[in-house]
Amino acid sequence: MFKISLNNNLSTIPSQRNLSQLSIGEKATICCLKDEEMSLKLIEMGCLPGSEVQVAYRAPWNGPICIEVCGYNLSLRMDEAATILLKN
Amino acid sequence: MTDEKFLKIALVGNPNSGKSSLFNHLTGLNQKIGNFPGVTVDKKTGSSLLSATIKADIIDLPGTYSLYPKSLDEQVVLDFLNNTIDPSHPDLIIITIDASNLKRNLLLFTQVIDLGFPVILALNMLDVAVKSGIKVNVEQLTKELKVPVIPINARNGAGIVNLKTAILQHVSQNHQPFLKATDLAPQVVKELKEKLKLSNDYLALLLAHQYRKNIQSLSVAQKTAIADVNKKYDFQSVVLQIQETTARYEIIETIIKKSVTNLNATTKEKISYKIDRILTHPIWGYAIFFGILFIIFQSIFAWASIPMDWIDGGIAQLNATLKSTLPASKLTDLLTDGLIAGLGGVVLFIPQIAVLFVFISILEESGYMSRVMFIMDKFMRKFGMNGRSVVPLISGVACAVPAIMATRSIDNWKNRLITIFVTPLMSCSARIPVFTILIALVVPEEKVLGIFNLQGLTLMGLYFLGFAAAVITGAFMNLILKNKQKSYFIMELPSYKMPRWKNVGLTIIEKVKTFVFEAGKVIIAISIVLWVLASYGPSDSMQQAVHGANKYSQEHELSPKDANNLTASRKLEASYAGHFGKLIEPAIRPLGFDWKIGIALITSFAAREVFIGTMSTIYSVGSDEPNTIREKMKSEVNVSTGKPMYTKALAFSLLIFYVFAMQCMSTIAVVYRETKSWKWPLIQFIYMTLLAYAGSYFTYEFLK
Repeated sequence: MFKISLNNNLSTIPSQRNLSQLSIGEKATICCLKDEEMSLKLIEMGCLPGSEVQVAYRAPWNGPICIEVCGYNLSLRMDEAATILLKN
Repeated sequence: MTDEKFLKIALVGNPNSGKSSLFNHLTGLNQKIGNFPGVTVDKKTGSSLLSATIKADIIDLPGTYSLYPKSLDEQVVLDFLNNTIDPSHPDLIIITIDASNLKRNLLLFTQVIDLGFPVILALNMLDVAVKSGIKVNVEQLTKELKVPVIPINARNGAGIVNLKTAILQHVSQNHQPFLKATDLAPQVVKELKEKLKLSNDYLALLLAHQYRKNIQSLSVAQKTAIADVNKKYDFQSVVLQIQETTARYEIIETIIKKSVTNLNATTKEKISYKIDRILTHPIWGYAIFFGILFIIFQSIFAWASIPMDWIDGGIAQLNATLKSTLPASKLTDLLTDGLIAGLGGVVLFIPQIAVLFVFISILEESGYMSRVMFIMDKFMRKFGMNGRSVVPLISGVACAVPAIMATRSIDNWKNRLITIFVTPLMSCSARIPVFTILIALVVPEEKVLGIFNLQGLTLMGLYFLGFAAAVITGAFMNLILKNKQKSYFIMELPSYKMPRWKNVGLTIIEKVKTFVFEAGKVIIAISIVLWVLASYGPSDSMQQAVHGANKYSQEHELSPKDANNLTASRKLEASYAGHFGKLIEPAIRPLGFDWKIGIALITSFAAREVFIGTMSTIYSVGSDEPNTIREKMKSEVNVSTGKPMYTKALAFSLLIFYVFAMQCMSTIAVVYRETKSWKWPLIQFIYMTLLAYAGSYFTYEFLK
């Protein structure tokens, strides 16, 4: 029943999009989480592989973004969002 | 079922799940705030009448998303639940669940169940869920979760009666865990259970993950035992945590599928996003934020000054009455000039702190504060802090003590330390009296460009200077300090809500209480010490002072009042405080200060506004009835030049000193408590003193 949802050798798939690249209003599905340590917090907050995410709005000057996931709003920094890879 | 008269209940839940509102409904004003053992996280307890005969002691635990804590606040929860020796160890746990976000909220629920506690689920915000098209089948959910599920509305109190009934009927539950800890790490769990004599599998697993954190109930020997077991079986903490959380979400998903129906899965965009896009707009977002700040500062200074004047007058009145009615003795002096004056210094700030927290709690309750953190994060990171540092920095304008306590929500240690370090540079309200009197002394009351008041501009400039010093210091520390952990900004942005006035009111009472008891203790103690230092001195020099004053008064035929003032000021000069002032005079002379100001600098350590009182005592030399302190200071003559003492150079030098210097015992005490060592308060004290000295020196040299 346990699946390791991490994908550690992603440098081999450069074309894969991550959450920081979505524009406002765009929807996508989480594929996997790149950063092991950060994934603890992200999974806990409902950013599970397979969940749908949408970017709701952004803070100015490349600040954090607000996403809709798991039925609520979550803020993430851009570098944190970049660790969330999306299904193509 | 329960025949004991007192039930011990703990409230557990996610942040923003309505836990505090429920606590306020259950306990009303019967609340007490204490500390959890060993840490400074506020522990809110209260009592609730469940029926005519049965009462419950309720403890409100900090909001957390899981039993794997990320910040100091959250860590308390596991520590508390784990500590069976604690007399307040709960018989029953009430978990508040936000029905509009069932999935994420149930994660913590399954963890608490697996720890083996009897649980009642308080299902909150069903109305919000319905509005967003989520229909929860409560009966089905009860069946799936196998615990009583009570729908409540923590905003208006609906369902609280049912909740109380459910508490009274609660039976000891014997739950199968949702997730078997032995499936995850069989050997570690088994061996730890034996070694630590635990009865619960999941507790063994949680301790294996978190023994390195500051868990109170574990002895050093036990921690070593856990470390050994972990090593023996190659315990992969991070991987196992991910597996556990993922598995729990899978279980929750199947429960939700059976008991929740999504009515309109339409993709209609939330209206709140429209508001959000304005509040986080590159121009409007900041304009609105600064507008709100402006209103807050206006209110702190304008509205709070009215009750502050009453308190100030009231204390003076009380002291005068006591002095005239009680027999003149040292004891009376200690009571009036020492104790009551010190107490006055504490009580005086209550209006400002109350006004500030009215705003802060409204902003937090409404959900706006997290948007401020959101738009300020990028900016604050440049200065070694993060978005969450905004609240402490704003609070610092009233008082650094509650502000530093508010840094606990910052999960990253480096960010938190820098925030603690720079917060005292924000000009707190205790500096206002000093600022205003010195500005009034040397800055003419003129208009600039026809509208701006020059004195007001000077005051604003001083505030800006403090803020600039805070961010520059932050940037500097950001460069030298090593970051031990990752800094996150993974934060829930709660939906907008109307503030609940009951919660706002209770927050204010709570904050004021904390301030009075925390800062109050120190301020009163220091006031008494200072009173002793200022009233006593080496006996021969004290006698000489009295003698000399009497002689002078007789020769110059001073009125009794002036003679008294003269004696008082001569005695102060001869006292230990006076000696201290003279002792430090060589050090402060480059700043333009004399020993009299030296005394004021020393006494300012109790609280900065004591400066005014000290000045008024020191400059009591009787001449032509100078009534106000301002007039007294204005008529003071520099002995060496024969010109007025308070020149522009001296006044600004003193102002700059007060902007930067760490003259506050309570702040030092609270920094010590929050950082758990003397290292940081000491560094902070030295740094701020040097900053003050250098700033003051250059100001004086430049303006002289």
